[in-house]
Amino acid sequence: MKITREEVERVAHLARLNLTEKEKEQMTRDMEAIIGFADQINSCDIHDVKPTAHIIPINNVFREDVVVASMDREQLLENAPNQEQGCFSVPQVVE
Amino acid sequence: MSYYDKTAHALADLLAKKEASSVEITKSCLERIDMVDPKVNAYITVDAEGALAQAAKADEARTAGEAVHPLAGVPIAVKDNICTKGLATTCASRMLEHFVPPYDAFVTRRIREAGMVILGKLNMDEFAMGSSTENSSFFQTKNPWNLDYVPGGSSGGSAACVAADMAPLALGSDTGGSIRQPAHYCGVVGMKPTYGRVSRYGLVAFASSLDQIGPLTKDVRDAALALNLICGHDPMDSSSAPLEVPDFTASLGQDVAGMRIALPRAFMGEGIQREVKEAVLAAAARFEAMGAVVEEVDLTMTDMALPAYYLISSAEASSNLARFDGIKYGHRAKSYDNLLDLYKQTREEGFGTEVKRRIMLGTYALSSGYYDAYYKKAQQVRTLIKGGFDEIFAAYDLILTPTGPTTAFKLGAKTADPVAMYLNDICTVPVNIAGLPAISMNCGFDDLGLPIGLQLVGKAFDEHSILKAADAYEKAGGLSLDKPRL
Repeated sequence: MKITREEVERVAHLARLNLTEKEKEQMTRDMEAIIGFADQINSCDIHDVKPTAHIIPINNVFREDVVVASMDREQLLENAPNQEQGCFSVPQVVE
Repeated sequence: MSYYDKTAHALADLLAKKEASSVEITKSCLERIDMVDPKVNAYITVDAEGALAQAAKADEARTAGEAVHPLAGVPIAVKDNICTKGLATTCASRMLEHFVPPYDAFVTRRIREAGMVILGKLNMDEFAMGSSTENSSFFQTKNPWNLDYVPGGSSGGSAACVAADMAPLALGSDTGGSIRQPAHYCGVVGMKPTYGRVSRYGLVAFASSLDQIGPLTKDVRDAALALNLICGHDPMDSSSAPLEVPDFTASLGQDVAGMRIALPRAFMGEGIQREVKEAVLAAAARFEAMGAVVEEVDLTMTDMALPAYYLISSAEASSNLARFDGIKYGHRAKSYDNLLDLYKQTREEGFGTEVKRRIMLGTYALSSGYYDAYYKKAQQVRTLIKGGFDEIFAAYDLILTPTGPTTAFKLGAKTADPVAMYLNDICTVPVNIAGLPAISMNCGFDDLGLPIGLQLVGKAFDEHSILKAADAYEKAGGLSLDKPRL
Protein backbone atom coordinates (compact mmCIF):
# COMPACT_ATOMS: atom_id res chain seq x y z
CA MET A 1 0.00 0.00 0.00
CA LYS A 2 1.48 3.31 -1.12
CA ILE A 3 1.00 6.05 1.47
CA THR A 4 0.97 9.58 0.11
CA ARG A 5 1.75 12.80 1.90
CA GLU A 6 -1.89 13.86 1.38
CA GLU A 7 -3.02 10.66 3.13
CA VAL A 8 -0.73 11.44 6.08
CA GLU A 9 -2.19 14.97 6.28
CA ARG A 10 -5.75 13.60 6.17
CA VAL A 11 -5.08 11.09 8.97
CA ALA A 12 -3.16 13.66 11.05
CA HIS A 13 -6.19 15.95 10.87
CA LEU A 14 -8.50 13.10 11.98
CA ALA A 15 -6.09 12.31 14.84
CA ARG A 16 -5.82 16.02 15.77
CA LEU A 17 -2.06 16.22 15.32
CA ASN A 18 -0.21 19.27 13.94
CA LEU A 19 2.70 17.41 12.38
CA THR A 20 5.73 19.46 11.31
CA GLU A 21 6.91 19.25 7.68
CA LYS A 22 9.78 17.01 8.77
CA GLU A 23 7.45 14.75 10.73
CA LYS A 24 5.10 14.43 7.76
CA GLU A 25 7.98 13.26 5.62
CA GLN A 26 9.14 10.72 8.19
CA MET A 27 5.58 9.59 8.96
CA THR A 28 4.92 8.93 5.25
CA ARG A 29 7.91 6.57 5.14
CA ASP A 30 7.18 4.91 8.51
CA MET A 31 3.48 4.36 7.82
CA GLU A 32 4.22 2.81 4.46
CA ALA A 33 6.66 0.37 6.13
CA ILE A 34 4.32 -0.47 9.01
CA ILE A 35 1.22 -0.84 6.84
CA GLY A 36 3.24 -2.95 4.43
CA PHE A 37 4.08 -5.16 7.42
CA ALA A 38 0.44 -5.20 8.58
CA ASP A 39 -0.71 -6.13 5.06
CA GLN A 40 0.54 -9.67 5.76
CA ILE A 41 -2.83 -10.41 7.32
CA ASN A 42 -4.35 -10.17 3.86
CA SER A 43 -2.76 -13.53 3.06
CA CYS A 44 -5.04 -15.15 5.68
CA ASP A 45 -8.21 -16.90 4.69
CA ILE A 46 -10.72 -15.25 6.99
CA HIS A 47 -13.83 -16.15 5.02
CA ASP A 48 -16.72 -16.73 7.47
CA VAL A 49 -14.48 -16.18 10.53
CA LYS A 50 -16.15 -14.19 13.29
CA PRO A 51 -14.17 -11.22 14.61
CA THR A 52 -12.99 -11.31 18.24
CA ALA A 53 -13.18 -7.94 19.99
CA HIS A 54 -12.62 -9.29 23.46
CA ILE A 55 -11.07 -12.55 24.52
CA ILE A 56 -13.42 -13.38 27.37
CA PRO A 57 -17.12 -13.43 26.54
CA ILE A 58 -18.48 -10.34 28.25
CA ASN A 59 -22.01 -9.11 27.99
CA ASN A 60 -23.43 -5.85 29.24
CA VAL A 61 -22.75 -5.48 32.91
CA PHE A 62 -25.68 -4.02 34.81
CA ARG A 63 -25.71 -2.57 38.29
CA GLU A 64 -28.17 -0.88 40.60
CA ASP A 65 -28.50 2.86 40.06
CA VAL A 66 -27.13 3.92 43.44
CA VAL A 67 -26.14 7.48 44.30
CA VAL A 68 -22.51 7.69 45.44
CA ALA A 69 -20.25 10.66 46.13
CA SER A 70 -18.47 12.15 43.10
CA MET A 71 -14.83 13.15 43.16
CA ASP A 72 -14.05 16.50 44.70
CA ARG A 73 -14.34 19.35 42.17
CA GLU A 74 -11.47 21.41 43.57
CA GLN A 75 -9.20 18.40 43.55
CA LEU A 76 -10.06 17.50 39.96
CA LEU A 77 -9.50 21.06 38.80
CA GLU A 78 -6.01 21.07 40.29
CA ASN A 79 -4.81 19.20 37.18
CA ALA A 80 -6.58 21.55 34.74
CA PRO A 81 -4.25 23.58 32.52
CA ASN A 82 -6.66 26.51 32.83
CA GLN A 83 -9.67 26.97 35.08
CA GLU A 84 -12.14 29.68 35.92
CA GLN A 85 -15.00 29.81 38.44
CA GLY A 86 -14.93 26.08 39.10
CA CYS A 87 -14.96 25.19 35.37
CA PHE A 88 -12.41 24.12 32.75
CA SER A 89 -11.55 27.20 30.72
CA VAL A 90 -11.35 26.83 26.91
CA PRO A 91 -11.01 29.28 23.99
CA GLN A 92 -14.26 30.79 22.71
CA VAL A 93 -16.17 28.19 20.67
CA VAL A 94 -19.42 29.99 19.77
CA GLU A 95 -19.26 33.39 18.09
CA MET B 1 22.62 -5.39 57.73
CA SER B 2 21.36 -4.78 54.21
CA TYR B 3 17.83 -5.74 53.30
CA TYR B 4 17.55 -4.34 49.79
CA ASP B 5 18.62 -7.55 48.04
CA LYS B 6 16.01 -9.79 49.67
CA THR B 7 12.77 -11.14 48.22
CA ALA B 8 9.42 -9.80 49.43
CA HIS B 9 8.61 -13.08 51.20
CA ALA B 10 12.01 -13.07 53.00
CA LEU B 11 11.32 -9.50 54.16
CA ALA B 12 7.79 -10.46 55.23
CA ASP B 13 9.30 -13.26 57.35
CA LEU B 14 11.78 -10.87 59.00
CA LEU B 15 8.96 -8.43 59.74
CA ALA B 16 6.69 -11.15 61.14
CA LYS B 17 9.47 -12.38 63.45
CA LYS B 18 10.26 -8.76 64.40
CA GLU B 19 13.85 -9.27 63.26
CA ALA B 20 13.69 -6.14 61.13
CA SER B 21 11.50 -3.06 61.01
CA SER B 22 9.87 -1.68 57.90
CA VAL B 23 11.72 1.60 58.44
CA GLU B 24 15.08 -0.24 58.40
CA ILE B 25 14.10 -2.16 55.26
CA THR B 26 12.77 0.94 53.53
CA LYS B 27 15.91 2.93 54.39
CA SER B 28 18.04 0.10 53.02
CA CYS B 29 16.12 0.24 49.70
CA LEU B 30 16.30 4.05 49.53
CA GLU B 31 20.07 3.94 50.13
CA ARG B 32 20.41 1.35 47.39
CA ILE B 33 18.43 3.61 45.05
CA ASP B 34 20.72 6.56 45.89
CA MET B 35 23.72 4.40 45.18
CA VAL B 36 22.84 2.64 41.91
CA ASP B 37 19.97 4.52 40.28
CA PRO B 38 22.27 7.29 38.99
CA LYS B 39 23.71 4.50 36.78
CA VAL B 40 20.52 2.56 35.96
CA ASN B 41 17.88 5.35 35.81
CA ALA B 42 14.92 3.13 36.68
CA TYR B 43 12.92 5.60 38.78
CA ILE B 44 11.08 8.66 37.48
CA THR B 45 9.94 9.57 41.01
CA VAL B 46 11.32 8.40 44.35
CA ASP B 47 8.95 9.15 47.23
CA ALA B 48 11.34 8.81 50.18
CA GLU B 49 9.18 10.86 52.52
CA GLY B 50 5.94 9.01 51.75
CA ALA B 51 7.72 5.66 51.88
CA LEU B 52 9.25 6.28 55.31
CA ALA B 53 5.94 7.57 56.68
CA GLN B 54 4.13 4.43 55.49
CA ALA B 55 6.95 2.24 56.86
CA ALA B 56 6.62 3.87 60.29
CA LYS B 57 2.87 3.30 60.15
CA ALA B 58 3.33 -0.40 59.33
CA ASP B 59 5.83 -0.76 62.19
CA GLU B 60 3.44 0.90 64.63
CA ALA B 61 0.62 -1.43 63.63
CA ARG B 62 2.85 -4.47 64.18
CA THR B 63 4.19 -3.19 67.48
CA ALA B 64 0.63 -2.55 68.66
CA GLY B 65 -0.15 -6.17 67.89
CA GLU B 66 -2.76 -5.32 65.23
CA ALA B 67 -3.67 -7.96 62.66
CA VAL B 68 -1.71 -6.92 59.58
CA HIS B 69 -1.38 -8.23 56.03
CA PRO B 70 1.74 -10.44 55.68
CA LEU B 71 3.18 -7.94 53.18
CA ALA B 72 2.58 -4.91 55.43
CA GLY B 73 5.76 -2.85 55.54
CA VAL B 74 7.32 -4.57 52.52
CA PRO B 75 8.47 -2.03 49.87
CA ILE B 76 7.22 -2.11 46.28
CA ALA B 77 7.72 0.14 43.23
CA VAL B 78 5.11 0.89 40.57
CA LYS B 79 5.25 1.52 36.82
CA ASP B 80 4.45 5.13 36.07
CA ASN B 81 1.24 4.38 34.13
CA ILE B 82 -0.55 3.11 37.26
CA CYS B 83 -2.35 5.90 39.13
CA THR B 84 -1.12 6.72 42.64
CA LYS B 85 -3.18 9.35 44.45
CA GLY B 86 -1.07 12.37 45.31
CA LEU B 87 2.03 10.96 43.58
CA ALA B 88 2.85 12.06 40.01
CA THR B 89 1.89 9.53 37.31
CA THR B 90 3.53 10.61 34.07
CA CYS B 91 3.42 7.64 31.67
CA ALA B 92 6.93 8.92 30.80
CA SER B 93 5.20 11.51 28.61
CA ARG B 94 5.47 15.29 28.35
CA MET B 95 1.69 15.14 28.11
CA LEU B 96 1.37 14.02 31.75
CA GLU B 97 4.65 15.38 33.13
CA HIS B 98 2.86 17.28 35.91
CA PHE B 99 -0.19 15.05 36.35
CA VAL B 100 -0.96 14.10 39.95
CA PRO B 101 -3.85 11.60 40.05
CA PRO B 102 -6.80 12.46 42.29
CA TYR B 103 -7.45 8.73 42.82
CA ASP B 104 -5.71 5.38 43.26
CA ALA B 105 -5.77 2.59 40.70
CA PHE B 106 -7.43 -0.62 41.92
CA VAL B 107 -4.02 -2.27 42.34
CA THR B 108 -2.63 0.78 44.17
CA ARG B 109 -5.54 0.62 46.57
CA ARG B 110 -4.78 -3.07 47.19
CA ILE B 111 -1.11 -2.19 47.88
CA ARG B 112 -2.07 0.55 50.32
CA GLU B 113 -4.73 -1.57 52.06
CA ALA B 114 -2.09 -4.25 52.62
CA GLY B 115 0.14 -1.60 54.22
CA MET B 116 2.94 -1.99 51.66
CA VAL B 117 5.45 0.81 51.18
CA ILE B 118 5.47 2.52 47.77
CA LEU B 119 9.07 3.55 47.05
CA GLY B 120 8.33 5.39 43.83
CA LYS B 121 7.32 5.30 40.18
CA LEU B 122 9.23 3.61 37.39
CA ASN B 123 10.37 4.58 33.92
CA MET B 124 8.77 3.08 30.82
CA ASP B 125 8.27 3.63 27.12
CA GLU B 126 5.90 6.59 26.71
CA PHE B 127 2.33 5.34 27.27
CA ALA B 128 3.78 1.78 27.33
CA MET B 129 4.49 1.89 23.58
CA GLY B 130 7.85 0.30 22.95
CA SER B 131 10.17 -2.62 23.63
CA SER B 132 13.28 -0.93 25.02
CA THR B 133 12.21 2.00 27.28
CA GLU B 134 14.03 4.21 24.76
CA ASN B 135 10.69 5.89 24.05
CA SER B 136 10.59 7.47 27.52
CA SER B 137 10.34 11.23 27.07
CA PHE B 138 12.55 11.79 30.10
CA PHE B 139 15.65 9.59 30.12
CA GLN B 140 17.03 6.20 29.18
CA THR B 141 16.91 3.29 31.64
CA LYS B 142 19.94 0.98 31.35
CA ASN B 143 20.16 -2.79 31.65
CA PRO B 144 21.78 -3.51 35.06
CA TRP B 145 23.69 -6.46 33.56
CA ASN B 146 25.42 -4.20 31.06
CA LEU B 147 24.80 -0.46 31.05
CA ASP B 148 25.32 -0.22 27.28
CA TYR B 149 22.25 -2.39 26.69
CA VAL B 150 18.50 -1.72 26.87
CA PRO B 151 16.45 -3.16 29.76
CA GLY B 152 13.61 -4.08 27.39
CA GLY B 153 10.20 -2.48 27.52
CA SER B 154 7.82 -1.10 28.03
CA SER B 155 8.15 -1.96 31.77
CA GLY B 156 11.94 -1.48 31.51
CA GLY B 157 12.10 0.58 34.70
CA SER B 158 10.23 -2.12 36.64
CA ALA B 159 12.53 -4.93 35.42
CA ALA B 160 15.76 -2.95 35.88
CA CYS B 161 14.67 -1.80 39.35
CA VAL B 162 14.11 -5.37 40.58
CA ALA B 163 17.23 -6.73 38.85
CA ALA B 164 19.36 -3.97 40.46
CA ASP B 165 17.83 -4.63 43.91
CA MET B 166 16.22 -1.18 44.10
CA ALA B 167 12.91 -2.77 45.22
CA PRO B 168 12.07 -6.35 46.16
CA LEU B 169 9.27 -6.33 43.60
CA ALA B 170 7.50 -4.02 41.18
CA LEU B 171 4.31 -3.76 39.19
CA GLY B 172 4.31 -3.43 35.42
CA SER B 173 1.77 -3.67 32.63
CA ASP B 174 1.77 -6.00 29.62
CA THR B 175 -0.01 -5.26 26.34
CA GLY B 176 2.20 -7.24 23.94
CA GLY B 177 4.98 -8.50 26.22
CA SER B 178 5.77 -5.38 28.26
CA ILE B 179 6.24 -7.31 31.52
CA ARG B 180 7.75 -10.53 30.16
CA GLN B 181 10.21 -9.15 27.59
CA PRO B 182 11.98 -6.77 30.05
CA ALA B 183 11.93 -9.58 32.67
CA HIS B 184 13.76 -11.72 30.07
CA TYR B 185 16.30 -8.95 29.29
CA CYS B 186 16.96 -8.20 32.99
CA GLY B 187 16.92 -11.75 34.40
CA VAL B 188 13.91 -11.41 36.72
CA VAL B 189 10.53 -13.13 36.98
CA GLY B 190 7.68 -11.34 35.18
CA MET B 191 4.10 -12.53 35.08
CA LYS B 192 1.15 -11.45 32.98
CA PRO B 193 -2.06 -12.86 34.46
CA THR B 194 -5.02 -13.88 32.28
CA TYR B 195 -6.83 -10.92 30.72
CA GLY B 196 -9.55 -10.04 33.24
CA ARG B 197 -7.75 -11.34 36.35
CA VAL B 198 -6.64 -7.88 37.44
CA SER B 199 -8.74 -4.72 37.29
CA ARG B 200 -7.42 -2.11 34.87
CA TYR B 201 -9.11 0.69 36.81
CA GLY B 202 -6.53 3.44 37.14
CA LEU B 203 -4.11 1.92 34.62
CA VAL B 204 -3.68 4.58 31.93
CA ALA B 205 -5.20 2.79 28.94
CA PHE B 206 -3.10 1.84 25.92
CA ALA B 207 -5.02 -1.03 24.25
CA SER B 208 -7.97 -1.94 26.43
CA SER B 209 -8.61 -5.44 25.09
CA LEU B 210 -4.97 -6.43 25.66
CA ASP B 211 -3.61 -4.47 28.68
CA GLN B 212 -3.03 -6.37 31.90
CA ILE B 213 -1.16 -5.47 35.11
CA GLY B 214 1.26 -7.95 36.65
CA PRO B 215 4.29 -8.30 38.95
CA LEU B 216 8.06 -8.35 38.33
CA THR B 217 9.82 -10.22 41.11
CA LYS B 218 13.02 -11.99 42.14
CA ASP B 219 11.41 -15.43 42.44
CA VAL B 220 8.25 -17.40 41.73
CA ARG B 221 6.94 -17.30 45.30
CA ASP B 222 6.90 -13.49 45.19
CA ALA B 223 4.99 -13.63 41.89
CA ALA B 224 2.35 -15.83 43.55
CA LEU B 225 2.14 -13.49 46.56
CA ALA B 226 1.78 -10.48 44.30
CA LEU B 227 -1.01 -12.18 42.35
CA ASN B 228 -2.83 -12.91 45.60
CA LEU B 229 -2.63 -9.20 46.29
CA ILE B 230 -3.75 -7.73 42.94
CA CYS B 231 -6.18 -10.25 41.40
CA GLY B 232 -9.94 -10.07 41.78
CA HIS B 233 -13.14 -8.66 40.39
CA ASP B 234 -13.64 -4.91 40.48
CA PRO B 235 -16.98 -3.28 39.62
CA MET B 236 -15.00 -0.28 38.32
CA ASP B 237 -13.61 -2.43 35.48
CA SER B 238 -16.42 -4.26 33.71
CA SER B 239 -13.90 -6.42 31.86
CA SER B 240 -12.47 -7.81 35.11
CA ALA B 241 -13.60 -11.40 35.57
CA PRO B 242 -16.18 -12.15 38.29
CA LEU B 243 -14.30 -15.28 39.38
CA GLU B 244 -13.07 -16.58 42.70
CA VAL B 245 -9.37 -15.91 43.16
CA PRO B 246 -7.47 -18.97 44.40
CA ASP B 247 -4.54 -18.79 46.81
CA PHE B 248 -1.76 -18.82 44.24
CA THR B 249 0.87 -19.91 46.77
CA ALA B 250 -0.95 -23.29 46.86
CA SER B 251 0.61 -23.92 43.42
CA LEU B 252 4.12 -23.88 44.89
CA GLY B 253 6.13 -26.91 45.96
CA GLN B 254 4.22 -29.37 43.81
CA ASP B 255 5.30 -32.26 41.63
CA VAL B 256 5.29 -31.66 37.87
CA ALA B 257 5.54 -35.35 36.93
CA GLY B 258 3.01 -36.09 34.20
CA MET B 259 2.49 -32.45 33.20
CA ARG B 260 2.24 -32.06 29.45
CA ILE B 261 4.32 -29.24 27.98
CA ALA B 262 4.20 -28.23 24.31
CA LEU B 263 7.26 -26.75 22.59
CA PRO B 264 6.14 -24.92 19.42
CA ARG B 265 8.58 -25.37 16.54
CA ALA B 266 7.87 -21.87 15.17
CA PHE B 267 9.57 -20.27 18.19
CA MET B 268 12.67 -22.44 18.04
CA GLY B 269 13.66 -21.97 14.40
CA GLU B 270 15.01 -19.21 12.22
CA GLY B 271 15.71 -15.85 13.85
CA ILE B 272 16.16 -17.28 17.34
CA GLN B 273 19.61 -16.57 18.82
CA ARG B 274 21.70 -19.73 19.29
CA GLU B 275 22.23 -19.32 23.05
CA VAL B 276 18.52 -18.59 23.59
CA LYS B 277 17.55 -21.77 21.76
CA GLU B 278 20.09 -23.83 23.70
CA ALA B 279 18.95 -22.44 27.05
CA VAL B 280 15.27 -23.16 26.32
CA LEU B 281 16.10 -26.70 25.15
CA ALA B 282 18.08 -27.22 28.36
CA ALA B 283 15.06 -26.01 30.33
CA ALA B 284 12.86 -28.46 28.41
CA ALA B 285 15.28 -31.25 29.35
CA ARG B 286 15.11 -30.14 32.99
CA PHE B 287 11.31 -30.39 32.89
CA GLU B 288 11.59 -33.86 31.36
CA ALA B 289 14.03 -34.89 34.08
CA MET B 290 11.37 -33.88 36.61
CA GLY B 291 8.88 -36.21 34.94
CA ALA B 292 7.03 -33.79 32.68
CA VAL B 293 6.29 -34.74 29.08
CA VAL B 294 7.72 -32.21 26.60
CA GLU B 295 6.73 -32.53 22.95
CA GLU B 296 7.33 -30.43 19.86
CA VAL B 297 4.14 -29.08 18.31
CA ASP B 298 2.99 -26.82 15.49
CA LEU B 299 1.24 -23.76 16.85
CA THR B 300 -0.60 -22.28 13.87
CA MET B 301 -1.19 -18.65 12.93
CA THR B 302 1.48 -17.17 15.20
CA ASP B 303 3.15 -15.50 12.20
CA MET B 304 0.01 -13.40 11.82
CA ALA B 305 0.03 -12.29 15.47
CA LEU B 306 2.39 -9.31 15.10
CA PRO B 307 0.65 -7.63 12.15
CA ALA B 308 -2.76 -8.23 13.78
CA TYR B 309 -1.41 -6.90 17.08
CA TYR B 310 -0.10 -3.65 15.62
CA LEU B 311 -3.45 -2.99 13.95
CA ILE B 312 -5.60 -3.84 16.99
CA SER B 313 -3.40 -2.19 19.63
CA SER B 314 -2.84 0.96 17.57
CA ALA B 315 -6.55 1.26 16.77
CA GLU B 316 -7.44 0.99 20.44
CA ALA B 317 -4.61 3.38 21.38
CA SER B 318 -5.75 6.02 18.90
CA SER B 319 -9.16 5.93 20.52
CA ASN B 320 -7.89 5.80 24.12
CA LEU B 321 -5.41 8.63 23.63
CA ALA B 322 -8.08 10.92 22.16
CA ARG B 323 -8.72 12.04 25.75
CA PHE B 324 -5.43 13.97 25.84
CA ASP B 325 -6.74 17.23 24.44
CA GLY B 326 -5.27 19.87 26.75
CA ILE B 327 -8.59 20.67 28.43
CA LYS B 328 -9.10 18.72 31.65
CA TYR B 329 -5.57 17.69 32.61
CA GLY B 330 -2.12 17.30 31.16
CA HIS B 331 -0.16 19.54 28.83
CA ARG B 332 -1.80 22.46 26.99
CA ALA B 333 -0.04 24.32 24.18
CA LYS B 334 0.83 27.94 24.97
CA SER B 335 0.04 29.28 21.54
CA TYR B 336 -2.88 28.37 19.23
CA ASP B 337 -5.42 29.99 16.89
CA ASN B 338 -8.70 28.39 18.00
CA LEU B 339 -10.11 25.34 19.81
CA LEU B 340 -9.25 22.88 17.01
CA ASP B 341 -5.73 24.23 16.84
CA LEU B 342 -5.43 23.99 20.63
CA TYR B 343 -6.13 20.23 20.39
CA LYS B 344 -3.73 19.74 17.50
CA GLN B 345 -0.88 21.81 18.90
CA THR B 346 -1.25 20.34 22.40
CA ARG B 347 -1.03 16.79 21.01
CA GLU B 348 1.83 17.69 18.68
CA GLU B 349 3.84 19.02 21.64
CA GLY B 350 2.77 16.47 24.26
CA PHE B 351 3.31 13.19 22.41
CA GLY B 352 6.62 11.65 21.35
CA THR B 353 7.41 10.10 17.97
CA GLU B 354 6.38 6.48 18.63
CA VAL B 355 3.09 7.51 20.25
CA LYS B 356 2.28 9.70 17.24
CA ARG B 357 3.14 6.82 14.90
CA ARG B 358 0.76 4.46 16.70
CA ILE B 359 -2.02 7.07 16.84
CA MET B 360 -1.58 7.65 13.10
CA LEU B 361 -1.58 3.92 12.28
CA GLY B 362 -4.63 3.32 14.49
CA THR B 363 -6.55 6.25 13.08
CA TYR B 364 -5.74 5.04 9.57
CA ALA B 365 -6.87 1.46 10.34
CA LEU B 366 -10.16 2.73 11.75
CA SER B 367 -10.83 5.38 9.12
CA SER B 368 -13.55 5.13 6.52
CA GLY B 369 -12.62 2.76 3.71
CA TYR B 370 -9.92 0.91 5.67
CA TYR B 371 -11.89 -0.41 8.63
CA ASP B 372 -12.89 -3.71 6.94
CA ALA B 373 -9.49 -4.23 5.32
CA TYR B 374 -7.49 -3.70 8.51
CA TYR B 375 -9.23 -3.44 11.85
CA LYS B 376 -12.02 -5.95 11.24
CA LYS B 377 -9.69 -8.34 9.48
CA ALA B 378 -7.21 -8.16 12.36
CA GLN B 379 -10.02 -9.11 14.73
CA GLN B 380 -10.89 -12.08 12.52
CA VAL B 381 -7.23 -13.13 12.55
CA ARG B 382 -7.43 -12.81 16.33
CA THR B 383 -10.13 -15.51 16.34
CA LEU B 384 -7.84 -17.81 14.34
CA ILE B 385 -4.86 -17.19 16.65
CA LYS B 386 -6.96 -18.03 19.68
CA GLY B 387 -8.11 -21.18 17.88
CA GLY B 388 -4.48 -22.20 17.37
CA PHE B 389 -3.87 -22.00 21.12
CA ASP B 390 -7.12 -23.86 21.89
CA GLU B 391 -5.95 -26.74 19.69
CA ILE B 392 -2.67 -27.07 21.61
CA PHE B 393 -4.34 -26.73 25.00
CA ALA B 394 -6.74 -29.56 24.18
CA ALA B 395 -3.73 -31.88 24.62
CA TYR B 396 -1.23 -29.94 26.76
CA ASP B 397 -1.14 -28.10 30.11
CA LEU B 398 1.48 -25.52 29.18
CA ILE B 399 3.38 -24.08 26.24
CA LEU B 400 7.14 -23.45 26.57
CA THR B 401 8.89 -20.86 24.36
CA PRO B 402 11.75 -18.39 24.60
CA THR B 403 10.42 -15.05 25.90
CA GLY B 404 12.10 -13.26 23.02
CA PRO B 405 14.11 -14.28 19.95
CA THR B 406 17.29 -12.61 21.23
CA THR B 407 18.82 -11.29 24.43
CA ALA B 408 18.97 -7.53 25.13
CA PHE B 409 20.32 -5.32 22.33
CA LYS B 410 22.52 -2.23 22.55
CA LEU B 411 21.04 1.19 23.27
CA GLY B 412 20.11 2.84 19.99
CA ALA B 413 20.53 -0.32 17.89
CA LYS B 414 16.92 -0.50 16.70
CA THR B 415 15.49 2.98 17.17
CA ALA B 416 15.65 3.87 13.47
CA ASP B 417 13.49 0.98 12.26
CA PRO B 418 10.06 0.62 13.94
CA VAL B 419 9.32 -2.76 12.31
CA ALA B 420 12.65 -4.26 13.49
CA MET B 421 11.79 -3.07 17.01
CA TYR B 422 8.33 -4.69 16.79
CA LEU B 423 9.88 -8.09 15.96
CA ASN B 424 11.32 -8.35 19.50
CA ASP B 425 7.81 -9.16 20.68
CA ILE B 426 7.20 -12.12 18.37
CA CYS B 427 7.01 -14.72 21.18
CA THR B 428 4.95 -12.63 23.61
CA VAL B 429 2.38 -10.87 21.42
CA PRO B 430 0.35 -13.99 20.45
CA VAL B 431 -0.30 -14.59 24.17
CA ASN B 432 -1.93 -11.17 24.60
CA ILE B 433 -3.94 -11.62 21.41
CA ALA B 434 -5.40 -14.79 22.99
CA GLY B 435 -5.68 -13.19 26.48
CA LEU B 436 -3.72 -16.01 28.14
CA PRO B 437 -1.57 -15.98 31.30
CA ALA B 438 2.21 -16.36 30.98
CA ILE B 439 5.40 -16.04 32.97
CA SER B 440 8.95 -15.20 31.96
CA MET B 441 11.84 -16.40 34.12
CA ASN B 442 15.58 -16.65 33.73
CA CYS B 443 16.98 -19.87 32.24
CA GLY B 444 20.58 -18.89 31.58
CA PHE B 445 22.91 -16.30 30.06
CA ASP B 446 24.31 -15.68 26.58
CA ASP B 447 28.01 -15.52 25.69
CA LEU B 448 28.12 -11.83 26.69
CA GLY B 449 26.61 -12.56 30.10
CA LEU B 450 23.16 -11.17 29.28
CA PRO B 451 20.14 -12.98 30.78
CA ILE B 452 17.91 -15.35 28.79
CA GLY B 453 14.24 -15.85 29.68
CA LEU B 454 11.92 -18.75 29.06
CA GLN B 455 8.19 -18.25 28.74
CA LEU B 456 5.51 -20.59 30.07
CA VAL B 457 2.00 -19.97 28.72
CA GLY B 458 -1.12 -21.48 30.32
CA LYS B 459 -4.82 -21.86 29.61
CA ALA B 460 -7.08 -18.93 30.42
CA PHE B 461 -7.37 -18.52 34.21
CA ASP B 462 -4.95 -21.40 34.82
CA GLU B 463 -2.17 -19.41 36.49
CA HIS B 464 -1.93 -22.43 38.79
CA SER B 465 -0.20 -24.68 36.22
CA ILE B 466 2.24 -21.91 35.27
CA LEU B 467 3.25 -21.20 38.87
CA LYS B 468 3.50 -24.91 39.64
CA ALA B 469 5.89 -25.57 36.76
CA ALA B 470 7.84 -22.31 37.26
CA ASP B 471 8.33 -22.99 40.96
CA ALA B 472 9.44 -26.57 40.31
CA TYR B 473 11.90 -25.26 37.72
CA GLU B 474 13.25 -22.74 40.21
CA LYS B 475 13.58 -25.34 42.98
CA ALA B 476 15.37 -27.71 40.59
CA GLY B 477 18.08 -25.07 40.28
CA GLY B 478 16.94 -23.51 37.03
CA LEU B 479 16.78 -19.95 38.32
CA SER B 480 20.18 -18.27 38.50
CA LEU B 481 21.20 -16.68 41.78
CA ASP B 482 23.74 -14.44 40.01
CA LYS B 483 23.29 -10.70 40.40
CA PRO B 484 24.43 -7.89 38.14
CA ARG B 485 27.56 -6.07 39.35
CA LEU B 486 26.83 -2.40 39.87
